[in-house]
Amino acid sequence: MSDLSAARRATERRNRWLLLSPALLILIFAAAGPLLIVVVYSFLTPGDYGGVKPDFSWNAWFSVVMERDFFTEELTFADAHLSIFWRSLKLSLMTTVAAFVFGFPTAYFIATRPKRSRDAWMLLIMIPFWTNLLIRTFAIMELIRAEGTVNTLLLWLGIIDAPIQMLFTEFSIMLGMVYVYLPLMVLPIYASMERFDFSLVEAGYDLYATRWKVLSKVIFPLVKPGVIAGSILVFVPCLGAYVTPRVLGGGKNLMLGNLIELQFGQGRNWPLGAALSLTLLAIVMVALLFYVRAAGQDGEKSHG
Amino acid sequence: MAKPFDIRKQTGFTPLAILCFVLLYLPIILLVVYSFNAGSSIALWEGFSLRWYASAWENEAVQAATIRSVVIASAASALATTAAVLAALATTRVKPWRGQGAVFALINQPLMVPEIVTAVSLLIFFAMIKVQTGYTGLWYLILAHAAFCIPFAYMPIRARLQGMDLTLEQAASDLYATPWQTFRRITLPQLFPGILAGAMLAFVISLDDVVITEFVKSAGQDTLPTYMLGQLRRNITPEVNAISTALLAASIILVVAFFFLSRTRK
Repeated sequence: MSDLSAARRATERRNRWLLLSPALLILIFAAAGPLLIVVVYSFLTPGDYGGVKPDFSWNAWFSVVMERDFFTEELTFADAHLSIFWRSLKLSLMTTVAAFVFGFPTAYFIATRPKRSRDAWMLLIMIPFWTNLLIRTFAIMELIRAEGTVNTLLLWLGIIDAPIQMLFTEFSIMLGMVYVYLPLMVLPIYASMERFDFSLVEAGYDLYATRWKVLSKVIFPLVKPGVIAGSILVFVPCLGAYVTPRVLGGGKNLMLGNLIELQFGQGRNWPLGAALSLTLLAIVMVALLFYVRAAGQDGEKSHG
Repeated sequence: MAKPFDIRKQTGFTPLAILCFVLLYLPIILLVVYSFNAGSSIALWEGFSLRWYASAWENEAVQAATIRSVVIASAASALATTAAVLAALATTRVKPWRGQGAVFALINQPLMVPEIVTAVSLLIFFAMIKVQTGYTGLWYLILAHAAFCIPFAYMPIRARLQGMDLTLEQAASDLYATPWQTFRRITLPQLFPGILAGAMLAFVISLDDVVITEFVKSAGQDTLPTYMLGQLRRNITPEVNAISTALLAASIILVVAFFFLSRTRK
């Protein structure tokens, strides 16, 4: 009897791995496996025309944050790299905050619509998200170019007499990222608001709370998991953004993604590119861990 | 008399939300409008015309990129959806098993690792293979796309499978149907909307990809998005708007269809 069930479990296990094998093979070949090669490459020496030489070296990791002066051999922090790290972090944080400022009221607005129209409002949020990121970035570019719609309109109205330079600034990158990633903020906040019980708000008003008090002491704490999820969903892709800063930053305002690309193009320093990629991956993983911990704590609290 | 007190109202939220919707659609609408511009500016309106659609249609680079985009998206979404259906069958409606966590982490990996990092790792890995084998065809792009499409295909299929009733399948096996017959006649027809939804999502995701394609493609393998990225360096004409509008239309149709398909679940 137990032999039979053991045999059946063995068959079940074999079938499971058989069914999983195509997906796992594709993922190992074209997603997870290559990541390991990046780790190896980050410890090698750059080749003369791109690629690598098979000599072990710490140099790539070293030059992520430090540089050696060409003439005096003096060690200093790599200002160029650090300023790009800083810009990436700063713009990602600012984008997250701006997306929250616009996304929270929007999610609230949708969650307070009649039940039947909520899906339609959400579809309106999601449609731009599923359309091509490059096209949406390009749409922003057309809007704010020197000869773009905004400047043309302002000139025509006589508010300005020369076009304002908005494109190719940090502002334009941030604008583009807010525009592109806003749906990722609205979606989880809406999901946690949809189940929100408005009788709690009524209770708050019965106890003489002001609107602001109700918002900050009743509504916000209860939808906080959604806000955290939304913030992570916006912050993480911003950190690794490549297309938006390339199109809207105009080559001067590099972010991490562009710095990495540079090492594989003109820079011809693949090991440095590999080390920078892994650094970016590490920052993203820290952000995700932070999120998992924050979400876990909230879960415990609601049980306890 | 004063208006009744609305407990749901928060001052300024509705205008902000409306502003948000306007700002979300305004750039896209302008982009579409100027694709019909008779002049060659993307800011000055000179009358309605389809000339930029005609010029995009006749542009051989655009034709080749379009065909390549569709070939890659079709092959990648077919591969990803097949793999995702099998994986969903193995991982849904079963007791917890050993290795479950690692498998889920692997399936969701493309969602967690930044695209640029995946792109770089594929560039390195495929460069090694290209040197070894000399093969420079489209399969690199197809496999790369299939990998990041798998989680997107997997999600709606798994959701559909979880919502399905086990009793019908049990009834079938009680009536001496073979496992294959049960799958073919009972599971698959019920699962079909989920499969279609997953395939469409995978297709859109593949069609829209820029970063990974830009790094993986060999010379002369532009897809529509990477072709457009290349064009942005030059003087932009409404031809780019026309191509964008066509791509937008394709995505929106697929996404709206996906939305209704995944809603019929209830």
